[in-house]
Amino acid sequence: MSYQTKIAGAVSGLALLVSAVAAHADVLFWSTQAKPVEEAQAMRTQVLAGFAGGVDYQPNDGGPWLTRLNAELQAGSGAIGVLGGLHGDFSAMNPADLVDLSSLGVSSASATFNDLSKLGTGEMQYVPWMQATYIMAANRKALEHLPAGADLNALSYDQLIEWAANVHKAVGEPKFGFPAGPQGLKHRFFQGYLYPSFTDGVVRTFASDAAVTGWEKFRELWAHTNPASTNFSFMQEQLLSGDAWIVFDHTARLAQAFNERPDDFVAFPAPAGPAGRGFMPVLAGIAIPRTAPDMDAAKALVAHMLKPETQIATLRATNFFPVVDVALPNDLPPAVKASGAAIAKMSGAPDANPGLLPAGLGDKGGDFNRVFVDSFERIVLGGQDIRTVLNDQKKTLSRIMTESGAPCWAPDAPSAGPCPVE
Amino acid sequence: MTPRYLPYLLILPVTLFLGLFFLYPFVLVAMQAFDGGGRFSLENFQEVVDYWKFPISLRNTLLLAAAVVPVQLALALLMATMVTRMQKGRDLVLYIWTIPLGISDLAAGIIWLAIFEQSGFLNSMMSGLGLIDRPMNLLSYQNLGLAFLAIALAEIWRATAIMLVILVAGIGLIPKEYYEAAEVFGASPWQRFIRITLPLLRPSLQTALILRVILAFEVFAVVAALGGTLFPVLMSQTYAYQFELLNGGAAAAVALIILAISIAATLVILRVLRVPKGATI
Repeated sequence: MSYQTKIAGAVSGLALLVSAVAAHADVLFWSTQAKPVEEAQAMRTQVLAGFAGGVDYQPNDGGPWLTRLNAELQAGSGAIGVLGGLHGDFSAMNPADLVDLSSLGVSSASATFNDLSKLGTGEMQYVPWMQATYIMAANRKALEHLPAGADLNALSYDQLIEWAANVHKAVGEPKFGFPAGPQGLKHRFFQGYLYPSFTDGVVRTFASDAAVTGWEKFRELWAHTNPASTNFSFMQEQLLSGDAWIVFDHTARLAQAFNERPDDFVAFPAPAGPAGRGFMPVLAGIAIPRTAPDMDAAKALVAHMLKPETQIATLRATNFFPVVDVALPNDLPPAVKASGAAIAKMSGAPDANPGLLPAGLGDKGGDFNRVFVDSFERIVLGGQDIRTVLNDQKKTLSRIMTESGAPCWAPDAPSAGPCPVE
Repeated sequence: MTPRYLPYLLILPVTLFLGLFFLYPFVLVAMQAFDGGGRFSLENFQEVVDYWKFPISLRNTLLLAAAVVPVQLALALLMATMVTRMQKGRDLVLYIWTIPLGISDLAAGIIWLAIFEQSGFLNSMMSGLGLIDRPMNLLSYQNLGLAFLAIALAEIWRATAIMLVILVAGIGLIPKEYYEAAEVFGASPWQRFIRITLPLLRPSLQTALILRVILAFEVFAVVAALGGTLFPVLMSQTYAYQFELLNGGAAAAVALIILAISIAATLVILRVLRVPKGATI
């Protein structure tokens, strides 16, 4: 071959390669979920491998996730095809930046979730993708100290406190663990578990007398809590190391303990207070930004994620449960079986009192969480007077509700305008 | 191209780089801090200063800097003097002492967390030696003093090398003749250190102190790893405002407050450690 032919051949080969690569460009799945390396790898190899066309799954922390998304939205064009995030991530966005997905024909089996996904508009802004919740877990060594007559699957807060006190006395060290660390999900405990269980509300009843009782009970529980809890964010670590015997945390953050030593731990529902057994479902969704390069591929990926087989594969990979009706197979990991049973008991309990995720707060979601975290830090860690702190934080909460204009959500009674703090 | 313009032309690329990636973002951040709904206002600063954690984080930042920097200065001077005396193994010792410079702040914090946590090395060692019968909780909100000590220790371990390398370079610049003359005149090692090393080290001391103090006010990763939210510092407030509360204006305001403190400290150090005009070194 002559020199020129060789060059022509190389250039055309390169051109073909480049066009081939461009034609089969992966859909960029920009997500805040499945961040740990094992979960991200499982997503890529087990969940997304079956999607024709290829997916580039990129999990990120919330900050970088939002920064790049905002940059692409501002620039008007970008590479992100599909967004994955929690309800809170999407509710902080402008719904106009997300493509309406009601016409896609995929949705979850729960009307509540589908409603939440509309973000206050008439169309679904994201499609519910997977769900989880917070449960309690205990080392079997702690079970012998349960108070007489207490049913592990139907505890009350008083029984839980008595149990923690028994363990404290027996072992000599406080062994209740609470995710009060900087990445811990303590605010969800207060919003979805403590407040619904004691006050049957979240915003309306924030500074009520029932709330004062609730905080007093939590203070009693804190007396038997491992003080290093202020550094705990993933309670599976403390369960495995033995630093905590009775813990409260997100199902995905307890999974490792159940998977490594399934016979040593048991999962059970959160306790009940005078106003019921409060619990909060966590909802993750998938959405398409208006700047997605390949709209058809993105929509195909969204539909793919909601298929039953994909939902089961996601459950194995991330320990987040499906949002569509699926028959769960028998060979699931121990963590899934244990937490699935606890979740079913909790949501099916006769006194179940679900506290929904905050909705309609826009970018004030972080400020809303901070009200509860500050109350915890001042009341429990700082030992300040409960009534004074609640009255003080009530002003901040009122300001947040009026500025965001968010109406009340369950278990608060519905409101016409912004949810009032009574 | 006359020789007069050549120096300016040579530093033009670096100046452009600094201008684009340093000055321009800084101007944008300053504008964001003073922005209250489109017009100039101080409401971001008001909001930040009114928050109940602000005085605590300001006090913690200043306290940590005041506790850590003098210790590091003394340690770095000691280490630099030792290193310059060595002939064999000097490079190895210098290399080992500057290893903490090569790892990230957060990695250093996590290393010390593995030492101080309840199931960590210190507790294992103490219970192995029989000093305690059950693991102690060193990093709890009940003994904030211990947590402060742990953070100070981790910071000293991590950042002394910053001052060390500058001081080693500075000592290397001092002519040996001064030491020889001092020895001839019967000066003790301590007198030689006080009368020769320290004064001639002034420019290096100035640089090292300014660098270290500015970085000390920006401490974040080590505190976050060891103390979580126990020990709020100004930088952790900036992080929380930007990424948890999505409030860029307040984050920019805290950043400018950190800048103001750093400028004040720098001016003080420049004044105290100034080399008088006309002095020959």
